[in-house]
Amino acid sequence: MDPLLIETAKSVIASSAPLVFAGIGEMITERAGVVNLSLDGSILLSAMAAFAIAFLSGSLLLGFLGGMLVGMLIALLVAYGSIALKQDQVAIGFVLTLLCADLSSFIGKPFVRKPGPSVPHWPIPGLVEIPVVGHILFDQDLLVYASYLVILVAWVWLFYTQAGLRLRSVGERPEAAFARGVSVNRVRYLYTAIGGALVGLAGGAYSLSVKLGWSHRHTAGIGWIALAIVIFGGWHPFRVALGAYLFGVLKSVGSLLQPGFPNIPTQVFQAAPFALMLLALLLVSGDREGMVQRVPRLLRPVVQALFLAKPPAGLGKRFEQG
Amino acid sequence: MTWRARLVRLGIALAPIGLTLVMTMLILLLAGADPFEAYGNILSGAFENPKKIADIAVAMVPLLLCSAGMLVTFAAGLWNIGVEGQMIAGALMTTWLVESLTAPAGVILPLSVVAGLVGGALWGLLTGLIRTYGGVNEIFAGLGLNFVASALTNYLIFGPWRPPDGATMSGTDPFPPSAWMPLIGQTRASLVSILLSIIALVGVWLVLRGTYWGLKLRAIGRNSRAAQRLGISTHRNMLLAFIVCGALAGLAGSLQTTAVYRRLIPQISGGYGYLSQLVVLLSGLRAEWVPLVVFFFSAVQVGSPRLELRMQLDSSLGGILQAGIVLFFLLVRGFRERWHAPEKMEEGDGPIAY
Amino acid sequence: MKIELEDIYKYFGPVRANDGISLTIESGVIQGLLGENGAGKTTLMKILSGYQPADRGTILLDGRPVHFRSPADAIAAGIGMLHQDPLDVPAFSALENLALGSPGGPFLNRARARRTLEALCQRFGFALDPDAPVSSLTVGERQQLEMVRLLALGVRVIILDEPTTGISAPQKALLFQALRQLSAEGLAVIFVSHKLDEVRELCSRVTVLRQGKVTGHLEAPFATDDMVSLMFGQVLGKYTRRPIPLGGVILQIEDLAVRSHRLEVRGIHLTVRAGEVIGLAGLEGSGQRLLMLACAGLQKPHGGRIILNGQDVTGQPYPTFLRQGVAFVPAARLEEGLVPGLTLREHFALAGNTRGFFIRWEEAEARTAQMIADFNIIGRPDTPVEALSGGNQQRALLALLPENLRLLILEHPTRGLDIASSRWIWHRLLERREEGTAILFTSTDLEELVEYSDRLVVFSGGKMSAPLDASRVTVEELGYLIGGRGL
Repeated sequence: MDPLLIETAKSVIASSAPLVFAGIGEMITERAGVVNLSLDGSILLSAMAAFAIAFLSGSLLLGFLGGMLVGMLIALLVAYGSIALKQDQVAIGFVLTLLCADLSSFIGKPFVRKPGPSVPHWPIPGLVEIPVVGHILFDQDLLVYASYLVILVAWVWLFYTQAGLRLRSVGERPEAAFARGVSVNRVRYLYTAIGGALVGLAGGAYSLSVKLGWSHRHTAGIGWIALAIVIFGGWHPFRVALGAYLFGVLKSVGSLLQPGFPNIPTQVFQAAPFALMLLALLLVSGDREGMVQRVPRLLRPVVQALFLAKPPAGLGKRFEQG
Repeated sequence: MTWRARLVRLGIALAPIGLTLVMTMLILLLAGADPFEAYGNILSGAFENPKKIADIAVAMVPLLLCSAGMLVTFAAGLWNIGVEGQMIAGALMTTWLVESLTAPAGVILPLSVVAGLVGGALWGLLTGLIRTYGGVNEIFAGLGLNFVASALTNYLIFGPWRPPDGATMSGTDPFPPSAWMPLIGQTRASLVSILLSIIALVGVWLVLRGTYWGLKLRAIGRNSRAAQRLGISTHRNMLLAFIVCGALAGLAGSLQTTAVYRRLIPQISGGYGYLSQLVVLLSGLRAEWVPLVVFFFSAVQVGSPRLELRMQLDSSLGGILQAGIVLFFLLVRGFRERWHAPEKMEEGDGPIAY
Repeated sequence: MKIELEDIYKYFGPVRANDGISLTIESGVIQGLLGENGAGKTTLMKILSGYQPADRGTILLDGRPVHFRSPADAIAAGIGMLHQDPLDVPAFSALENLALGSPGGPFLNRARARRTLEALCQRFGFALDPDAPVSSLTVGERQQLEMVRLLALGVRVIILDEPTTGISAPQKALLFQALRQLSAEGLAVIFVSHKLDEVRELCSRVTVLRQGKVTGHLEAPFATDDMVSLMFGQVLGKYTRRPIPLGGVILQIEDLAVRSHRLEVRGIHLTVRAGEVIGLAGLEGSGQRLLMLACAGLQKPHGGRIILNGQDVTGQPYPTFLRQGVAFVPAARLEEGLVPGLTLREHFALAGNTRGFFIRWEEAEARTAQMIADFNIIGRPDTPVEALSGGNQQRALLALLPENLRLLILEHPTRGLDIASSRWIWHRLLERREEGTAILFTSTDLEELVEYSDRLVVFSGGKMSAPLDASRVTVEELGYLIGGRGL
């Protein structure tokens, strides 16, 4: 198989790992019924925090933990503001996006363009030997392996554990969950925190691996893409991951095609994936029932699984006890 | 009302400001800087001399225009995050006009205003259509279109509209003098821009309070079901709201090109769209408060760069002040409502049956 | 297990949903709980099953007072409730719904849930597909699933709230058989209903509620007269209406079929003439609202035709109906009819002539002032509508109606209003009648129905009776019909 293709696939998997973390994290939060619109700012702030802490302490682990803590706290703030203080989730999330972005620029200023630690490469012996696939999937660093794990764990958790069932019930129909002894708001806080921690991990994954270092608005735009791929991915871990990888492919295609089109400025290729993502979102949103009816019966389940995105029915809705 | 109650009320109103100051103080101390020196620099950066004060007026224009537009969409219950893209669309339309037409200022300038309105209106309409007929939430429609507008701008600046010497991040070649908005004296403020933005805000205030359309929008925003029962067409009025907001944002973008930069630059919208969202939130969605909030935000915008100059601090401290106040405003409001939560009257037996 | 409810009080603002109710339930008995809507049956059962706390009073289980903080507490104590709209998760499969809230390890044991489901289904003759999403099940099947779930959790008391609304006859037979079986095994069954026949068929004891109080306890066999008089109370003197000549046909409904996610009404035929008042009787959830929404253009029928003023308007959008002179006044005043946050003046401005750019405030003010006087609304033009009392909101809704309507459809026009206000509202409504407006209204107040209607129809389980001459129907007869007899 063409070595260039293998290398590209390998780099797509690697560069998409942070988006996988962010996407799965937000998927978990939204499955609990909370929308964390602060993602873009959250990732920025946790990326900066992770880098700063790793830089100052010399420890990658501390850096990542710091980033995760930041992501978790911001997410909890969104949850608290909307559950306990009953303010609009979208308003709080939006304000936090801007605030965290500015905080990251301000506090991160001394760390701009400083060289910092990076996650070491770690090919898995044995698995690496598998032709083609082995090289793509297992010649990566710890973070990428963690991203595989996160996808799998999220899938198992959601669909094969009692806790996952409870989580899904809170997002779908909180009244029914309450009737079965589930503490709705507690579940919301818990999974918002977990989702937020994953978002923080995504930030760290950028500044300590995929896009080393820190600069002004280092990861700008990624948070919005993460929000979009959750919808695009129909709130299912596999599809969300697929969305993340798709975006990575779009970015790679951009840089691959660039030399062939010297007249079109780089910025277009950089911005194109974002615009294309919106297009993809358009495709899966809205009332697609009519479209599904026109597909031959045999293909219907496939089309439904791939294209239809139905949000958790209780997303964004408040739950009042009694 | 007793004095004590009045004091409490005042305290609650000022709490967000106080909390923000405390937060920024902590951050500044963390960065190893003197908080009071920083505040002082921002103030002096903004109010030092008449030229600076004129700069505040310059910054107020796009904020006033975009905020006025957003009041309209918020009235209808819509979150129009796409204002940035609508600003850009207006700027692009104006630039296209200037690039394609050679005419005296008396013709170009009024046409540029129209171009801005039209460009922004079309972009706003597009957002609205994607929402109502595409079923995509207006937040994502707006965001996506912001990206598209941004990409389009870059394409044009580095492509068909690049300067003959070569494309740079400075944008297009400067506009011909016929496309320059006249400025006041040696400042960078334009009387036309200021007037237009004031007219826009007053106009929006009038429309929302005194016209049937404004009333219909408010009804849709509060209870779209009941509004429909009363015979109001929700889709049509929402689309109109997007068009109006887009037009005002487009005008802001257009004025940025003809009055402020006198060319098209990559960051022509300068984050003013997102900032105006904060303005509207902090104003409690009320037009009366917008001028004050806009003034405050603009002063911070103008004064913050000094932090970089004098103290080697990132000017995003200004953004922290702005967003911080809005955040604390929302949180404090939530706390207050929690305290005074009245006993909720609930429905009797069961859901609505058919 | 013996359950005693002592002096239960529950208030919702000024409304006394439960006004000092005492009740004893024994195991091995099928206890009926009978009463009209608003009588307080569901509230009482929600208290017993842990959904809401009583404001005053005690619950005793085998002599020990208990305090439930949530439905889970009640289930742990052995009391489970099956709601009219089962509280399941539509997106989940039957298995997952069963597994949610049941004890077990960290991992979802689908195999065990499957075994439990199959065993219980076999016991009662249910046929439930474990893997089908619950949203695809019929109401009857969802009920069965919920019953299975509660039984699997080991409840000793099972409460069913209007379980036979919207289920098929075979499903009903299956349900009753299951209930008898459970009762024989020693469980206590509480059967909340308004259907006299079913209560008689199933229950050995019945308690009747009316307006938040217990009006009587009966032992089987039950006399229908007793049940009806306990449910519906005294009969007032009849109001003599001035007969007016009826005009031409305004509304014609042919073989109409309308559907909601819960209920389907079909085969509706009705002709309404100008000046006629048609009362739609029946307990809530029987199809009246669906019919009214269809006639108002707010719900598309999936079969049949609606003809207004001679024009076929089936499937037309709402504005067409508005243009034909139809108006709908909802029961949920603030949720569906008025815009909270807007003042009376603003409402009248919207309802009036909205041509032109600027609001003609003087015009709106004058109109508002006149309407306030005309309709005796206690409020000022600048009062926001949510600050008005329920009665005044109703008056406002009526005042907002356009003049010269051909068809006026009202949902519970006098709900929550005192006698004087109700009389006054009807006075205004009947005035419209003289202008040629036809009126269609629902009510749960039998006296109101008999008093003001020219003709009555009774809804029960999605079926509509043939129109009855209101001047020849007594409240008792109406009660029977609503109870499902003779339909």
